[in-house]
Amino acid sequence: MTIGVLALQGDFREHVEALRRVGAAPIDVRLPRQLALVSHLIIPGGESTTIGRLLNLYGMIEPLRARAGRDLAIWGTCAGAILLARELRDARAAGQHTLALMDLTVRRNAFGSQLDSFEAPLNAPVLGEPPLPGIFIRAPRIEAIGPDVEAVATLPDGEIVAARQGRILATTFHPELTSDDRMHRYFLTL
Amino acid sequence: MEKSTWTTKVGLAQMLKGGVIMDVINAEQARIAEEAGAVAVMALERVPADIRAQGGVARMSDPELILAIKASVTIPVMAKARIGHFVEAQVLESLGIDYIDESEVLTPADEEHHINKHKFKIPFVCGCRNIGEGLRRVAEGAAMLRTKGEAGTGNVVEAVRHARAVYSEVRRLQGLGEDELFVYAKQIQAPYELVRQVAETGRMPVVNFAAGGIATPADAALMMQLGVDGVFVGSGIFKSGDPLKRARAIVEATTHYNDPEIIAEVSKNLGEPMVGIEISKIPTEQLMAQRGW
Repeated sequence: MTIGVLALQGDFREHVEALRRVGAAPIDVRLPRQLALVSHLIIPGGESTTIGRLLNLYGMIEPLRARAGRDLAIWGTCAGAILLARELRDARAAGQHTLALMDLTVRRNAFGSQLDSFEAPLNAPVLGEPPLPGIFIRAPRIEAIGPDVEAVATLPDGEIVAARQGRILATTFHPELTSDDRMHRYFLTL
Repeated sequence: MEKSTWTTKVGLAQMLKGGVIMDVINAEQARIAEEAGAVAVMALERVPADIRAQGGVARMSDPELILAIKASVTIPVMAKARIGHFVEAQVLESLGIDYIDESEVLTPADEEHHINKHKFKIPFVCGCRNIGEGLRRVAEGAAMLRTKGEAGTGNVVEAVRHARAVYSEVRRLQGLGEDELFVYAKQIQAPYELVRQVAETGRMPVVNFAAGGIATPADAALMMQLGVDGVFVGSGIFKSGDPLKRARAIVEATTHYNDPEIIAEVSKNLGEPMVGIEISKIPTEQLMAQRGW
């Protein structure tokens, strides 16, 4: 089992530090030859248009699609969740590169501008009783999930903010910015 | 649910890391920047090279222009307020953009006080030349820093000087004894608590980008290797011969900053870079980096 963090752009260092705290030895993934080494990949927060463009440019979209859910578990946070969704709303007008691996409908910047970024305690039964700290930054919204997708975490009002389809996990918030490592531990069990 | 917390302010800067923030003066340039892979755009009326060439007082941009740029892209939009001009900052916050740059590129409005940035819901980025200046800005509420460099010159030498100054001091601080931190804080005129935090963590308390004079992919990679978290490119893109191609190349060099073969590849056939200025040829009173206190 080798854990990779996609290091094209975004808060990949925070994911690397969280993984080290739970005892993993992650590698940075910037090129297909590094991707080929990993069994688990985290797509960090960042700008989905930037990350998608670099994924395409460096030939990583096809290998990711070929392996996702089979011999590769993937977790996308925020921008990563956008890249995983099959249907995207409020995407860049001229289109943007995505992986389209999960049966999710996601709307970008759905809560508003940076002034609407927020923190809220989350309910995540699979991670145990204590609420999970949720940090939402220009966050996308999961507007619909398909029949094979299960909710993993919700806001107090019941809105789904984390979802899983087999070995693929999406969260619209940033566990890597907190000291609560339960979601990282959970991902390593997928 | 709590909005606009310190964590969400600092957090947006975390999301910009490893990326390039580009100066744009209209919606068309903003779309080109987004197409090229920019993580955010800085909306302004004149790029620093033109501010430098035309002289006069440089102020906040027309809100209409900023809103047109905001409407044209999905990535975060930043805009500049003058140092100390808290009403320009209030106006920019009301536009619902994502970040304010309290910037020495504009003519300062207050020669003693910076904006009290804690009073705002919108996060701020501020320039610094050394660790003391950076920590003073964080104490005032800046959620992101950038080394100043010398904007509008296409000359990376000042950006290098400021990044080296910041990171060599961070390293030096880690070697100081607990008892020595008090005097160090006094010497650099920064709050003791922030000094102690840097000494303990070995890094600045907020994300720090490079700015001011970056004009080539190699310039961007140089700044990344010196330790910054990302780069601002002002005049360097849209004052060059082929902005889209150069912008793309700078984005790739920022991601692959440790890979000289990729930097070589993206540096091929970029056309004319912006014309650079030697710093020693600029009259002292026209140096922007010395603005800020």
